[in-house]
Amino acid sequence: MNSLLAVQLVGLGGALGSVLRYGAYAALPTDGYPFATLLVNVLGSFLLGVVTFGGAGDGAALFVGVGVCGAFTTYSSFSVDVVRLWERGRRSHAAAHAVGNLALSLLAVGAAWALVSV
Amino acid sequence: MGRLLAVGPRRHALDVAVVAGGGYLGANGRYGISLLVPGTLEATLLVNVLGSFLLGALVYRRVVVGALSSRLRLLFGTGFLSSFTTYSTFVLDATSHPESAVPYVLASYALGFGAVLLARWILRRPATPGRGRNDGGDRE
Repeated sequence: MNSLLAVQLVGLGGALGSVLRYGAYAALPTDGYPFATLLVNVLGSFLLGVVTFGGAGDGAALFVGVGVCGAFTTYSSFSVDVVRLWERGRRSHAAAHAVGNLALSLLAVGAAWALVSV
Repeated sequence: MGRLLAVGPRRHALDVAVVAGGGYLGANGRYGISLLVPGTLEATLLVNVLGSFLLGALVYRRVVVGALSSRLRLLFGTGFLSSFTTYSTFVLDATSHPESAVPYVLASYALGFGAVLLARWILRRPATPGRGRNDGGDRE
């Protein structure tokens, strides 16, 4: 694939994923537990699992996988969430966030694999 | 959603465009690094740790200094950095490399949190004890 097309696919997917994530953060409360981060990471991991295990072509892998899923999910907000919860004394929430994002995202990847395999 | 609609459709449309532009660049930044760095685990680890440091710097800069326009935060934080870093690839990579999954996850967590704490430490250093430290309720 020519690299200009690849950049467009990744970039437009990234723009779409970012706007969808922005919508999720606007729709969910942000003053208590960071549910929005958990939601985007689990949903995005599921979708990336579907794309990966479903054997997507190069174009779909770049647009949906690298672009939409990569941008919809976020590691930086996750890291900052955990540190902010911890420093405010909500240590059980911080630990639950660190473990929960991973456990539920792994579960989502497993569900995607099961869905594609049947 | 009410909060978004309340600011008016034109401003809202501009906010969405700013997030989209940041997301376009962030996803390509991540893609570019994945082409430059040999090894998908290493490339993802690099963007996640670097992005965590920079978002930490953005958030603590606001906590300490207070000033950063909301649109710049949307561009760099919500748009660029959150798109530059990725959780989905992190999880998929861990499952597809079972032999190194545990050290990879532990390294990503330790370095990601460490990067935020480093940004926090750097930005909070000049604060005098008990003054100018606003742990306020706002967050990215």
